[in-house]
Amino acid sequence: MATAKKKPAAKKRPAPETAKTAKAGIRSDQSRLELKNVSKGYGDEWDFEQVLGNLSLELEPGKLTVVVGPSGCGKSTLVNLIAGFEKPDTGEIVLDGSKVTGPGKDRMVVFQETALMPWQTTYQNIVFGPKLRGDLTGQALHDEAVRLIEKVGLAEFRDKYPLQLSGGMQRRAELARALINDPRIMIMDEPFRGLDAMSRELMQEFFLKIFEENRRTQVFVTSEIEEAIFLADRLVILSNKPAEVRKIIDIDLPRPRDFTMMSSPEAYRYKREAMEILHEEAMKSFVDQAGASGFMEAYSKANA
Amino acid sequence: MTEMAQTSHDTMPVKRRSRLSKALGNKKLVRGFTAICVFLLFWEIGARWEGWFGYALPWIGLIPPPSAVAAAATEVVTKVGYWLSWVDSFKRVMVGFLVAQLLGIPFGLALAVNKYFRGIFFPPFEILRPIPPLAWVPASLIFWPTNEMSIAFVTFLGAFFTVVINVLGGARAIDVRYLRAAQSMGASQWHLFSKIILPGTLPSIFTGAAVGMGITWEVVLAAEMISGGGTQAGGGLGFFIWNSFMGGSLEQVVVGMISIGIAGYLCSSAVRMLGDHFMPWRRLF
Ligand SMILES: Nc1ncnc2c1ncn2[C@@H]1O[C@H](COP(=O)(O)OP(=O)(O)OP(=O)(O)O)[C@@H](O)[C@H]1O
Ligand SMILES: [Mg+2]
Repeated sequence: MATAKKKPAAKKRPAPETAKTAKAGIRSDQSRLELKNVSKGYGDEWDFEQVLGNLSLELEPGKLTVVVGPSGCGKSTLVNLIAGFEKPDTGEIVLDGSKVTGPGKDRMVVFQETALMPWQTTYQNIVFGPKLRGDLTGQALHDEAVRLIEKVGLAEFRDKYPLQLSGGMQRRAELARALINDPRIMIMDEPFRGLDAMSRELMQEFFLKIFEENRRTQVFVTSEIEEAIFLADRLVILSNKPAEVRKIIDIDLPRPRDFTMMSSPEAYRYKREAMEILHEEAMKSFVDQAGASGFMEAYSKANA
Repeated sequence: MTEMAQTSHDTMPVKRRSRLSKALGNKKLVRGFTAICVFLLFWEIGARWEGWFGYALPWIGLIPPPSAVAAAATEVVTKVGYWLSWVDSFKRVMVGFLVAQLLGIPFGLALAVNKYFRGIFFPPFEILRPIPPLAWVPASLIFWPTNEMSIAFVTFLGAFFTVVINVLGGARAIDVRYLRAAQSMGASQWHLFSKIILPGTLPSIFTGAAVGMGITWEVVLAAEMISGGGTQAGGGLGFFIWNSFMGGSLEQVVVGMISIGIAGYLCSSAVRMLGDHFMPWRRLF
């Protein structure tokens, strides 16, 4: 697909660095993505629904930005815009100075539900992108694929089909499939939704480990506040529909993180703050439906 | 005691379980075999009722007993004409079926991926689709110079509509996430088609093929009965049945019917096997 912009040839994968050196400054291979006054709605003039309203947000280089918001507020819409699957009605999205005009391998999405091709094995899924583009071939591609498969712990499941993998394994395969494309931005849309609590925690830890290794710019959408705080450098809370940025909280928990930190007073404070805002937003959507509840009231009276 | 045996089976290690499942499979086989034997036995008794008790059972009494059918069959299978009937019907089914696939799959895919194509061709397609294939028989007898071509045409039609509808539905139902993921990874339009839409539609293509195969057999037989088959003695299995009926040999009619059952089973097994071969991800469980 036309990626429109020709960026300088793919940057080399950064060598794994410790969190400390990474924190020191922004590396040149860490990208910045800006959403400038982006709005997006669906429908026609009779039945129009404004989903994102004038949303401005910056994904800072090397940071893990977590986006939370009330259910149905437009988080996936935001993801689709960043990925380039859909175009904003107004405003623009800028990646390292150039405008995003369509999907491209510089922005990889891990979807809300698995999007592994069911007709390809784990290995085939993972080599899919480079093989199509031909930018990594032969032994080099094979070695990289095997390295990533081992990294996500799926060596034994290399030649299995997605349906033969558990939910957690599918998510890891998908992570590997995204990583092999060496994107500048990783986009995760509720990737761990639907996993049981245990696999979810394991996946969160695993995901953080990968992120902390080389701190690629990340946006992670979730509706789980606990997960959000555990993962985030910056926590972006969206307002109710039409969604705007309601509040950004910098999460200053040390890295590398582990779950014991979640019981610290700071973590608790972040959680309280985020919960309060989310609650307010959720109440707003409740009030929005007052018309409907008024009708229900009248209806129940008529039937009394 | 059987319960104990059962539990000891359950706790057996994995290696033994395969043998257990084999035994289960055999049990199934045995059960199926028994069922067929019982069925044949009832049929035999029912059909011979009149000879033994002096009055015929309502429905079953009119049918020749399986033993008589078997006798007729042993005689029939030695005749070349019978086997030519097989060959004729098979040829017709294959021609109709293959042409329906060759035209129907690309047509269905084109309908699915191109909205202009769909806009132009889908409405007339939808108007023609509800017409039962056999309703085309008279028209195609006038239309085509030979009987053979008319049969082929009607057979083709029977499968064509089913194939197209399945392919179209399957291709349209492909999850947009696969397409989007591929787009992100730099897929061209051709890649999207060949790497996502085509494999994603395969299951529906094979569903269409399986259903289409069934319809093709139905249509071929009906068309053979209506048109009188070919001019030669071997006019297909449909003609075989019709001819046996006209000749008053009910045994042969039943032999013909069973032959068709076997032929249909062979064909749908072939489709299933091809499906398993081309869709390894579908035979995991
Ligand atoms: N393609 C579309 N066409 C029409 N409406 C859409 C489309 N995509 C999303 N919407 C609407 O936009 C709103 C936001 O949807 P979106 O999926 O972005 O929310 P979300 O925050 O991701 O929700 P969830 O928490 O359920 O994942 C919903 O009301 C939805 O109905
Ligand atoms: Mg969503």
